[in-house]
Amino acid sequence: MEEFLHTGSGADTISFEELDELVLWINKLHGLDFRDYSKASLKRRVTRIMELRNLTLFDLKSLLINDFNFLEEFIIEITVNVTEMFRDPSFYRALREKVLPYLASFQRIKVWNAGCSTGEELYSFAILFAQEKLYNRAFLYGTDINTHVLEIAKRGIYDLKQMKHYIENYVTSGASGTLADYYTVEYGAASINHSLKKNILFSVHNLVSDGVFNEFQLISCRNVLIYFNVELQKQVLNLFYKSLCPLGFLCLGSKETMRDPELSKYFKIVDKTENIYQKIA
Amino acid sequence: MLNLTSNILDKILSAEALLIGCSAGGFNLVYELVSALPAEFPLPVVVIIHRSRRYKSSIEELLDTKSQACVKLAEDKEVLKKGIVYFAPPDYHLLLEPEGCFSLDSSEPVLFSRPSIDVTFKSVSDVYKQNVIAMLFSGANEDGAEGLCYIRDRGGLIVIQDPKSAEVRRMPEAALNKCRGGLVLDNVAIHAFFTSITSCYK
Repeated sequence: MEEFLHTGSGADTISFEELDELVLWINKLHGLDFRDYSKASLKRRVTRIMELRNLTLFDLKSLLINDFNFLEEFIIEITVNVTEMFRDPSFYRALREKVLPYLASFQRIKVWNAGCSTGEELYSFAILFAQEKLYNRAFLYGTDINTHVLEIAKRGIYDLKQMKHYIENYVTSGASGTLADYYTVEYGAASINHSLKKNILFSVHNLVSDGVFNEFQLISCRNVLIYFNVELQKQVLNLFYKSLCPLGFLCLGSKETMRDPELSKYFKIVDKTENIYQKIA
Repeated sequence: MLNLTSNILDKILSAEALLIGCSAGGFNLVYELVSALPAEFPLPVVVIIHRSRRYKSSIEELLDTKSQACVKLAEDKEVLKKGIVYFAPPDYHLLLEPEGCFSLDSSEPVLFSRPSIDVTFKSVSDVYKQNVIAMLFSGANEDGAEGLCYIRDRGGLIVIQDPKSAEVRRMPEAALNKCRGGLVLDNVAIHAFFTSITSCYK
């Protein structure tokens, strides 16, 4: 049996203690507060930036102080901005079958997509609303902490290669018609139709520090809470509770079950696997 | 019984988690190993297995009824407990927080994989340092090799399935090429290794 045991000489690019310190720095330099973010994910992303650019912690800190553009880029890169149109097709099916018929009884339907990133999810919602003939009564807000991703969201121009994958999602979700009805192909990219944009507004909102800004019939915040620690998750869920109208709906990511007993008594489970909830008290 | 050196036994006794990574062809071995676990296995077990999100799979439920140990999908912010077998949910990376709970992460796939074995191996090693046992089995890509090196460099114990007994050799072979210094065990020895872990805690 081959055996060669190491004593443990490997050093981390950045330790958890150094990361905590860096987070405080960023808070002072930029104002954004990552203290209650999940440490493991943040560490992984900071490590990746340092390795890709071959930076020591010292280099990183001096760049962050001296180069505002770098600071901006750094903020973009440490937040996760992975999203898709019709991600989790079964979620969209549940939304269409269990939530939209109910929302149809409202005169005005205000939707908040919190942590919308580059906008794919909010446009998916818009398409769903258009299909159910609810779009003209709806207004959809997409918010994110990141101005850069919001610019991409506003443009609504996506890679054609990704579109192929979104079409698969779309078909699996059981939606009628074709996704191609909602975009036009220009210069090898897919551009979301203007008619779909007229009731949509993208703007900056920070879930950590900003409060209630409107009352909504539907709030969707999927695969955002996983990047927060338990306390911040609770705080944000509370913000959603306060931002929902009575009997409004809350959609979380497929692995973001509301487990806090304090909060869950205010919500009814609409769909257990898709994590769709309704405010009942 | 496996003849393990006192060095290895020490590492087993100080371990805080046992990690298993595999892909194509690794499922049967994982199935056998987890089915055979006693109700009170002395470590938390974390399994990262590549599978498509497109097909609903119920490995966990199946194994939970089959094994004496509790088998489940890892949940976001769930605290790890010994004796429980956690499977990484499809379509998310599985990370460990310094306070000993999981975090899910939906950032880009690594080596076309989400969950990525490398990502979990490194993350758990960041928290438990040298007190990690990581095993890599059959698979058709090179995920896991880098994570194993990372764990080895920090003093953890690494085990690679002998490519000769793997259904698909690519993953263990890549690990052997990249990362010397692990135990290389065939399937019989891997079963014996698990029995040794249970018995050395008694």
